[in-house]
Amino acid sequence: MYFLRRLLFLVPLALIISFLAFAFVRLMPGGPFDRERAAPSPEVRKAMEAKYLLDKPLLVQYWHYLEGLLKGDLGPSMKYRNHTVNDIVLQGLPISLTLGLSAFLFALGVGIPLGFFTAVYKGRWPDYTGSFVALLFFCVPALVIGPVLIMFFAIKLGWFPVALWGSPLHVILPTVTLGIYFSGRIARLMREGMMTTLNAEFVTTARAKGLNETAVLLKHAFRLGVLPVVSYSGPLLADLLTGSFVVESIFQIPGIGVFLVNSLFSRDHTMTVGLVLLYAVLLLVLNLIVDLVYTIIDPRIRYE
Amino acid sequence: MIFSRNALWSSRRAFRFCLILLVSLAAGCTRYARRADLVIVNGPEPESLDPAIITGQADGRIALTLFEGLTRYNPTDATPLPGLAERWDISPDGRTYTFYIRTKAVWSTGEPITAHDFVYSWRRVLDPLTGADYAGQLYYVKGAEDYNTGKHKDPGQIGVSAVNDKTLRVELVDPTPFFLDLCAFQTLAPVPRNVIEKHGDRWLMAKPLPVTGAYTLVSWRINDRVRLQKNPLYWDAANTHCEVVDLIPCTVATTALNLYETGQADIVWDKELVPVELLDKLQKRPDFHTYNYLGSYFYRYNLNRKPFDDVRVRKAMALAVDKKRLVEKITRAGEQVASHLVPPGVANYKSPEGLGYDPDLARKLLKEAGYEGGKGFPRVDYMFNSVKTHEKIAVELQEMWARELGIQIELRNLEWKVFLQAQSRLEFGLSRSSWIGDYNDPNTFLDMFMSNNGNNRTGWKNQRYDELIRQANSKFDPNEREKTLQKAEILLVREEVPIVPLFFYVGQELYDTARFSGIYPNIRAEHPIRTIRVHKQPLEQTSLTGKLAANDHAR
Repeated sequence: MYFLRRLLFLVPLALIISFLAFAFVRLMPGGPFDRERAAPSPEVRKAMEAKYLLDKPLLVQYWHYLEGLLKGDLGPSMKYRNHTVNDIVLQGLPISLTLGLSAFLFALGVGIPLGFFTAVYKGRWPDYTGSFVALLFFCVPALVIGPVLIMFFAIKLGWFPVALWGSPLHVILPTVTLGIYFSGRIARLMREGMMTTLNAEFVTTARAKGLNETAVLLKHAFRLGVLPVVSYSGPLLADLLTGSFVVESIFQIPGIGVFLVNSLFSRDHTMTVGLVLLYAVLLLVLNLIVDLVYTIIDPRIRYE
Repeated sequence: MIFSRNALWSSRRAFRFCLILLVSLAAGCTRYARRADLVIVNGPEPESLDPAIITGQADGRIALTLFEGLTRYNPTDATPLPGLAERWDISPDGRTYTFYIRTKAVWSTGEPITAHDFVYSWRRVLDPLTGADYAGQLYYVKGAEDYNTGKHKDPGQIGVSAVNDKTLRVELVDPTPFFLDLCAFQTLAPVPRNVIEKHGDRWLMAKPLPVTGAYTLVSWRINDRVRLQKNPLYWDAANTHCEVVDLIPCTVATTALNLYETGQADIVWDKELVPVELLDKLQKRPDFHTYNYLGSYFYRYNLNRKPFDDVRVRKAMALAVDKKRLVEKITRAGEQVASHLVPPGVANYKSPEGLGYDPDLARKLLKEAGYEGGKGFPRVDYMFNSVKTHEKIAVELQEMWARELGIQIELRNLEWKVFLQAQSRLEFGLSRSSWIGDYNDPNTFLDMFMSNNGNNRTGWKNQRYDELIRQANSKFDPNEREKTLQKAEILLVREEVPIVPLFFYVGQELYDTARFSGIYPNIRAEHPIRTIRVHKQPLEQTSLTGKLAANDHAR
């Protein structure tokens, strides 16, 4: 019941978000048809504004937008005039999803073991080394790590292509560039989660029962220690799946991350609103899934 | 600590599962079975490929490869050569053109290309509903401007008509010496009526897409690449060399260079895609090419604001700028300093000299204007859009004016669209500006400062200037026309000075002439893809490329 209610609640929330985005982008100075080269005649400009309904009051524009939205149509792009927003999302989203999911798995695959071991070896050298590595991952931005990886692995060693998209090899460097920061964060969350759990009474009980240490750590402590990572995973995944401006630019990857940022600069209103809406819905749904996962991992959690 | 085998095994299994998942995900994105014969880093993602509505050069290069017009560019010097029209007659007064379309000219789907296709396409450009920013390219045709500005609604009044299927008659307002040049420009290329009427805005995604140019469109994946394939039905297919061509969108200069250096791309042909930091190194390489380009960098005064209503102030500030320093310290690609607006090397014209660098005269003029040593000079701003080079130039100018004249200028860094809006509304004191010519003639630079031109953006209105430009364009004799245009330019850059030219852009491109022939530096930076040839065996440089150039020229 609880989850059904939350699912229903998604609809008005998405509507509010879409309206706010719709209104805010129109408040920005400059419009999609302000260009370096002036339109040859005011009639041409008027015709363009009329075509995209920019000459109508905001609420009328939004009403038309909603009508399209009900049919699953995010409208025409105002910058890429031969494409609809749907065209661009359908082409770019699978690529951003692939890259985002790879980076997500990479971040978990590196971050969870790293956090786990640093917690288990707390205060000894593996802890210091591991924590230092995690901190390093956490601090170096993609803007730096990307070019460094390209320089070394693509140009010097020639193992991977320097940019573009099209084969499994193209995925590796962007995945690492995108995922490495999050692996550092996850390692830290995991370490904290494990440390709190390791001090809990039920762990002491388990040890007192004479269970071997592996079972204590993996079966009992890990389950709860990983909870902070799980709650972080929802927004993280939403963030990663909708693409990354920096990584997509450095590697010239045809995802949708660049469009969210560039559409703001080019005042491609329909594109901005469409992508904001997509991001919002993804975020809301993933948060819901995270809450569901909680109840599976930790039986003490119940939703009424 | 000891881990049980079981736990290790299960974590290994999890790892393997992740690996399989990753590889299968990645495999899902394998799309291109083979590398194209020619891969070009082209610049920003095309906003459109519809020749009627595009404005960007990167877009135009692809559109022209798909849609050829009555004339086409000569690869060596970008002058117009016969394209879909095999010949033409020009009336003695230079106002009526009769084009004869090749009998061999057919759409890539097999139907003949007719004069009616041109009539439809030009009317479409001029229809305000099409939203063609370049409709002005057709204003030289009778009745065109009035139709585009809504003064009449009858497309029949536009001076373009089909005499028969293969003969097109065009009536011009004035003898326009660059009209054949315009005919090679993408805006005037024919587009397929049936497909456009059937598919609307998404007509370029139609399969098959009828085109008139040397290549057909295989796929257009946004921000990924445009793939082209040789059009076997193109009238000159025998001289189209590469079979499959990829054009890659890219806006990050280092990424473009990386692609080029690792052989993933063969040509980088956008001057914005050369990293400025590496210019010193690149300039020593034989595969880096720079050349004069049809573009000028200048700044505008806002004459509606004090103190720029005073010509002495405008001149004083212009004379205090050491332009040489800008090109040597900041842009560094071999740009020439500019005292006039029209770039050197333009057809039909040689510019008169404008104002040079003379700080003493500058101080004298400023004193006459009542601002000795900058005293009492109002607070004014220099506006530019957020690009590193523009910012560096702004800082340098600010410093020069402070040092030479004692004037304090405020720098205003604006995001692109905000900048454009402020510029067109005259909400600035000084504004960074640049202009790339639309055709190879001085008029493309000079007519924008006529009083009612939407690109004027200075508040400068000068009847004599308007009159001179109009007079020049109605003259048939090229010498007289040149002299009249020179008088106008003197007014612009020496006497009235609503703008101050700083330097001329240079084209900057990367390609190895030993591996690629048929690509030549020219003032328009137009490199028809059809003439580019890939050589598996590196060429002996000078002799063979020279011969190929001669051949291309002969055609």
